[in-house]
Amino acid sequence: MATTLRPKPGEARSYQFPDFRDEKLPGGIRLVTAPVVKLPLATVLVIVDAGSTSDPAGEEGVAALTAGTLLEGSTRFDGAELAEKFEQLGTSVESGADWDSAFIKITTVSDKLEDATRLLGEAISSPIFPEREVERLKAERLAEILQLETEPRGLADEKFSEFLYTPDSRYSKPDEGTAESVRALSRKDVDEFYRARYRTGSTTVILAGDISTDASRALINGAFQNWPSGAGRSQSLVAAARTPGRSIHVVNKPEAPQSELRVGHIGLPRNHPDFFPTLLMNAVLGGLFGSRINLNLREAHGYTYGASSFYDWRRGPGPFVVSTAVQSEVTAAALREILVEIDRIRSERISEDELSLARDYLDRVFPIRYETTAAIASALATLVIYDLPTDYYGSYRRNIRAVTADRVLRAAKAHLHPDQLQTVMVGDAQVIADSVADLNLGELRIDGS
Amino acid sequence: MALHGGQFTRMRIPVETFHLDNGLFVTLSEDHTAPIVAVNLWYHVGSANERAGRTGFAHLFEHMLFQGSAHVGVNEHFELIQRAGGTLNGSTWLERTNYFETVPSNELALALWLEADRMGELLPAMTQEKLDNQRDVVKNERRWAVDNQPYGTMLEKMQELVFPPSHPFQHSLIGSMEDLSAASLDDIAQFFTTYYTPDNAVLSIAGDFDSEEARKLVTKYFGPIPKGKGKPPLPPMNLPPVFGGWLREVVQDNVSLPRLFMAFRSPIFGSEEYYDASVASAILGMRKGSRLHRSLVRERQIAADAGAFTFDLAKGTDLMVVDVTARPEVSVAQLEEEVDREIELVYREGVAESEVKRAIALIETDLVVSLQSAGERADRLSMFATYFNQPGLINEQADRYRSVTTERVNDLISERLGEDNRASLLYVPKEGVETESVLAAAGTG
Repeated sequence: MATTLRPKPGEARSYQFPDFRDEKLPGGIRLVTAPVVKLPLATVLVIVDAGSTSDPAGEEGVAALTAGTLLEGSTRFDGAELAEKFEQLGTSVESGADWDSAFIKITTVSDKLEDATRLLGEAISSPIFPEREVERLKAERLAEILQLETEPRGLADEKFSEFLYTPDSRYSKPDEGTAESVRALSRKDVDEFYRARYRTGSTTVILAGDISTDASRALINGAFQNWPSGAGRSQSLVAAARTPGRSIHVVNKPEAPQSELRVGHIGLPRNHPDFFPTLLMNAVLGGLFGSRINLNLREAHGYTYGASSFYDWRRGPGPFVVSTAVQSEVTAAALREILVEIDRIRSERISEDELSLARDYLDRVFPIRYETTAAIASALATLVIYDLPTDYYGSYRRNIRAVTADRVLRAAKAHLHPDQLQTVMVGDAQVIADSVADLNLGELRIDGS
Repeated sequence: MALHGGQFTRMRIPVETFHLDNGLFVTLSEDHTAPIVAVNLWYHVGSANERAGRTGFAHLFEHMLFQGSAHVGVNEHFELIQRAGGTLNGSTWLERTNYFETVPSNELALALWLEADRMGELLPAMTQEKLDNQRDVVKNERRWAVDNQPYGTMLEKMQELVFPPSHPFQHSLIGSMEDLSAASLDDIAQFFTTYYTPDNAVLSIAGDFDSEEARKLVTKYFGPIPKGKGKPPLPPMNLPPVFGGWLREVVQDNVSLPRLFMAFRSPIFGSEEYYDASVASAILGMRKGSRLHRSLVRERQIAADAGAFTFDLAKGTDLMVVDVTARPEVSVAQLEEEVDREIELVYREGVAESEVKRAIALIETDLVVSLQSAGERADRLSMFATYFNQPGLINEQADRYRSVTTERVNDLISERLGEDNRASLLYVPKEGVETESVLAAAGTG
């Protein structure tokens, strides 16, 4: 048999996630350091418990705007000067807010690390949020919102969240805010948000790369000596469903060559005890190239360039969503196949072959994920943000291997909810609306011309 | 397996090379910091090699390489690599097509065997059904990435605008629906026999492997593949250094904001002057401290975004492209005026030394960052070997950039940024904007 030609794997070399140290600095900042010696590089990642879910009601987008304006002017330098200073050091600061935290990040060559980190600490400890820059970033956000009108992928994602969560849930609105909420934001809102949230007690600094723990500690103690002390304000999150049963929404784009599809429901919080079986279940359903949904829609039917599913893991229950773009004419047929796959994985045990594909992949790909200082820093941030155990990465592969087909079936039954599916289609209503009517996906609403 | 050495000395990575008798060029770069190895193959064929009436074929062909080969079933390539814990993909460009996987180092043999099986024996696995299926997939890729995406036609519109008719870089990489429909199994066989030969490929291996062991495996799997019979030469690619005028095209499209791409012919990738152009491009549009961002986004606030990049073409001519998106309240005419003024300013007055330093510092950091990943190292080794027969150039990039002077950048700018070498590709929202008035406002009539 030809398959006997196939080479067998050699003996696997062991791999360990980089050793790291997790400590509290005297000033109250949490410091996580992972010395990695490979290239003369290091990443400094500051995370603050000031993500978009901390936006006060009516001020959606203030977390993102605050993080975005943080480097746009300090008591000593204006925004242009700051950009110039960092870039002369060969680095530039990325800052922003995702749902669960604000982040400020630089990657530099080793011999510029000290200067760049000192400058970073000083700048973000003394931001002045100039009115002009706040207004400029607001205008840039409004331009982005306008662009979404003609960008079907982003529009579908946004509409899906809107239809998924009750309007008082922060998750129902874009993380960077709506046109209405962004227009209403002021310099004062940003300044207040910063003062309430950016505190030693809510801040972690992560250093990964070509620097020792001792040197990191000395560097951060100095660079962040003026970081405001105290605990950051916290806020609870609403994440309830908007519609009790199924419903389907068409965002009409006449003559669109494809329909962007999003099908799903509210998923699970990151700290859910079924995280590992659910991760594997999703890998088989739509997470991998060789998943059921992709092989069905792409390889068997040629409906799409790609189809996938995922759980958006957040502190609160983020969406579970199947996502694809299909040729307009086959929209209903593709949707039917997605429903079939969701039902099938809930009704029968996955095969040993499917289980081992997903399990082997997730287990063995582990070392490939941490090749860069930025990836290691980001993995450490995940530990902090979701309060995962210190040995999370040490035990990750064991936890993956412990998942069985029975546990996958139980996760599918417990965490996939065909009766709650919300469907969003951005496409040509004339071509797709009638054909999807008999799929029993709930009340159909059509938005737009 | 011996696990020693492999420590990078600052920014230099080890590079070894050898050739098989069938012409396959192999580059190796050891690094034992993690049990990971990357395998990367560049075939020296891209959309430039397509015949008339077959636009998009090189890319469709790339898809077919994942449909199995003599000893590998349909989609099994993906499955075997993912089961091994690897990541993989392929990509097609004007001048080349690449295939790559990063796997745990104990699976190096599997990755090599899979690549060799499809290089040696693809055709027995090709069927009409697979071709029809992948044709549908690629047509959907076109709908997704080009037709149903704002500014998605930029690459093909730009190629059409800046290259003369019949130049190999002039036609669409993703291809037209008609040409994709016309592709046949005969085309597959012919393309494979002509271009997918060991003497038209570079194989690179980077990461945790033993050099002796890797040589044995490569010889075992790739050695028996016969050498090709040569490929037809490309038509003449060389072009004058400038367009000889200001080319303009206005595209009315389903977009929310006007966006101007302005291209300049620039020195081909790998030439000494390329590095001057690359630095000039970074001065204009790399990050927030760049001229365009500082002036148009921050100070004058007429742009929502501004950047610049080079295509990095190694034949004919390269292109430097400035890319500016208007703010909502800014008119199309104003967008053009503002960009023209910035280009005119840098053309007349040149750049300062501090700008050159900023650009080189940023580029250098990006170079080191990219060397962290085994896949990136292997891809760059393949690139330098394919284009210049010198994979060792991977270690000379930082020096080449450091040797760029303000004077050289300013020479480049005065040679290439004048009105005789500009091409404006302007996207305007479909409704409410008259093409004529746009052109009139731009002063071309």
